[in-house]
Amino acid sequence: MVQIAEELPLVPERPPPRTHGIIAWLKANLFNSVFNTILTLLALYFLAMAIPAAIRWAFIDAVWSAPNGQACRGSSGEEAGACWAFIHEKLRFILFGRFPYDEQWRPLIAVLIFIGMIVASCDRRMWGGRLGLVWVGGLAIVGVLMWGGMLGMSYVDTTLWSGLPLTLILATVGMVFAFPLGILLALGRRSQLPAVRAICVGYIELVRGVPLITVLFMASVMLPLFLPSGMTIDKLLRAQVAIILFTAAYLAEVVRGGLQAIPKGQLEAADALGLGYWQRTRLIVLPQALAMVIPPLVNSFIGTFKDTSLVIIIGLFDLLGTVNAALADAAWQGFSTEAYVFTAAIYFCFCFFMSRYSQMLEREFNRGRQR
Amino acid sequence: MASETADALRPKRPPPWNDPQVRGIAYQVLFVGAVVALGAFLVHNTLQNLQRQNIASGFGFLHREAAFGIGESLIDYSPADTYFRAFLVGLTNTLYVAAIGIVLATILGTVIGLARLSSNWLVSKLAQVYVETFRNIPLALQLFFWWGLLRGSAPAPRQAWQPLPDVFVSNRGIVFPVPLHDPAHPWMFLALAIGVVATWVLWQWARRRQAHTGRQFPTGWAGLGLIVGLPLLAFLGFGAPLRMDVPALKGFNFIGGTALSPEFGALLIGLVIYTASFIAEIVRAGILAVSWGQSEAAMALGLTSGQRMRLVVLPQALRVIIPPMTSQYLGLTKNSSLAVLIGFPDLVSVANTTMNQTGQAIEGIAMIMGVYLAISLTISLFMNLYNRSVALVER
Repeated sequence: MVQIAEELPLVPERPPPRTHGIIAWLKANLFNSVFNTILTLLALYFLAMAIPAAIRWAFIDAVWSAPNGQACRGSSGEEAGACWAFIHEKLRFILFGRFPYDEQWRPLIAVLIFIGMIVASCDRRMWGGRLGLVWVGGLAIVGVLMWGGMLGMSYVDTTLWSGLPLTLILATVGMVFAFPLGILLALGRRSQLPAVRAICVGYIELVRGVPLITVLFMASVMLPLFLPSGMTIDKLLRAQVAIILFTAAYLAEVVRGGLQAIPKGQLEAADALGLGYWQRTRLIVLPQALAMVIPPLVNSFIGTFKDTSLVIIIGLFDLLGTVNAALADAAWQGFSTEAYVFTAAIYFCFCFFMSRYSQMLEREFNRGRQR
Repeated sequence: MASETADALRPKRPPPWNDPQVRGIAYQVLFVGAVVALGAFLVHNTLQNLQRQNIASGFGFLHREAAFGIGESLIDYSPADTYFRAFLVGLTNTLYVAAIGIVLATILGTVIGLARLSSNWLVSKLAQVYVETFRNIPLALQLFFWWGLLRGSAPAPRQAWQPLPDVFVSNRGIVFPVPLHDPAHPWMFLALAIGVVATWVLWQWARRRQAHTGRQFPTGWAGLGLIVGLPLLAFLGFGAPLRMDVPALKGFNFIGGTALSPEFGALLIGLVIYTASFIAEIVRAGILAVSWGQSEAAMALGLTSGQRMRLVVLPQALRVIIPPMTSQYLGLTKNSSLAVLIGFPDLVSVANTTMNQTGQAIEGIAMIMGVYLAISLTISLFMNLYNRSVALVER
């Protein structure tokens, strides 16, 4: 017995591979195959090239204050780092544009009200009829602040509205008005009545088939021709109408997705209860359909928010428009990279927050379906 | 007695104002009437306004001389040509940038989408950063950014960067050499066409043979050989003529070669990078939609990871991917109209110039809308046909 045990060669067994700790994690996630090792090394090389250069440009070599563009470039005339002095100098113009300088606290409060309302709408405890009232009230206050002409505030024409408040107004007002129109279009598209269905399908497909730019052109060039002579509407309202009509067609398709997902039994049960079409739609169909499409609706809002940047085509100064106007200043030429990076950061903050929110909602709504 | 009760119980025909059918017809008549009335009101106002402003309507202006220059064009154009020809130039430019954009965005988007699914943590995080960044910034802003970068930060032609020999990057765009016209070229194109057709025939034959006998044929390598080899043979058969039209600096700009303008470059880069971030998410969702059991079954059958992807996962993922991909392609084509912001002469910017010169706003907008509708319908038609060919055939 003892002899047998001695004859067997004793091979010490290797310890099992680590499963915890940094090294194990690196091995499992970065170097688990030859191909992945090569990818990791390439990615690290890319980061080693890009990150230090970006940090040097944005922070170390950056110029934070300078009287004009020449001073920002330094003696060599070559721009070493970012010229944030440009943003510093033009910040209020970029945010509020041509709104009278001394009155710019008004658009500032308007922007804060918008952000407050958007944040409040994200809290699911707030959802309900009360939230609608909050929005109506908030938009009314924003309107008073922007127009003025009462409570001791001077009147400001809509042609002077610009910058971030204009972007927010175009997007939110567009969404608020396009939403009911979109619901009606979606209901019309699913209607039993062939003539109603044909007109709704025609409208939705026509609008979805053309770019927003053409709709904006149409609003700015053709709308004046459509109206009886002597009647004019201002440029902002024209752009707003175009955005509402355009967004409604896209919202109609989103809502239709929700309508189609409702089981037929729900409709039959409503019919059996003796509900009429509008009662059935209002009490049974829409509450279920709209709840289902809230995440894609948030995505549509992101799309509308980004699309409002196209109004510069018809000469409105939204956030992108004020940046372009700021870049045209002869004393500060050639800082387009800084200007667009700064503006992109503003747009990104809004859109990223909303897209994260819609992903979170989607996860929560699907929780019931997960096993 | 019994029949009387039955008659009494049978529902009476409701009065006409309560009959659903009559009501339905009445609603439709009212709705159509309202739409027609609104349309008539708008048309009436428009005609009156046009008459008052002395604008002649109609498409007669298309035959007049355009008298404006267009920076870049795929077809011959001079300011002496008609508005119609200018319009055609815009249309070809739109189609050109959209076609290249769709191909590049599909490639980049697929690569990023696969990278997001990679087991490599770093690669997947980098792909996620890419997607989140470019998806959440308006395309118009991105176009301005690239345009500013290409025009403002690039050096003047005299100090042009030279990343490769005879390729110059300057604020006038990218200039690179192109082969000079040679009698060998038509033959090479012919050889390429023959190679493509031969590959298709070979593929059909190999599929039939595999279905019958189970024997496989390396169609991929053979096809590659045919498509690359035949034109190469034609090229060598003509004695490998390699004369290039090399760009050279003359005065303040380059002569010779072919140039991509900064406007075209910015538009293409912007469209591709923006659309690819959406395509990446579509590809990722499509691949995730194929259940893991399918991959396990493929592994149990002994397929390699490449075969698993090609034969099992992708065919099923494509069914999920194609419908949203279609709308991305449509979106890219429609978004190419943002060219007007940075001055690339696409359909919209040419039509815009035309409208400003002639005042024919209604006709101009009608033409743009007509063209985009036609493009949209064509792309959805083709994608629907393709979708049908990969759709699940159920018993």
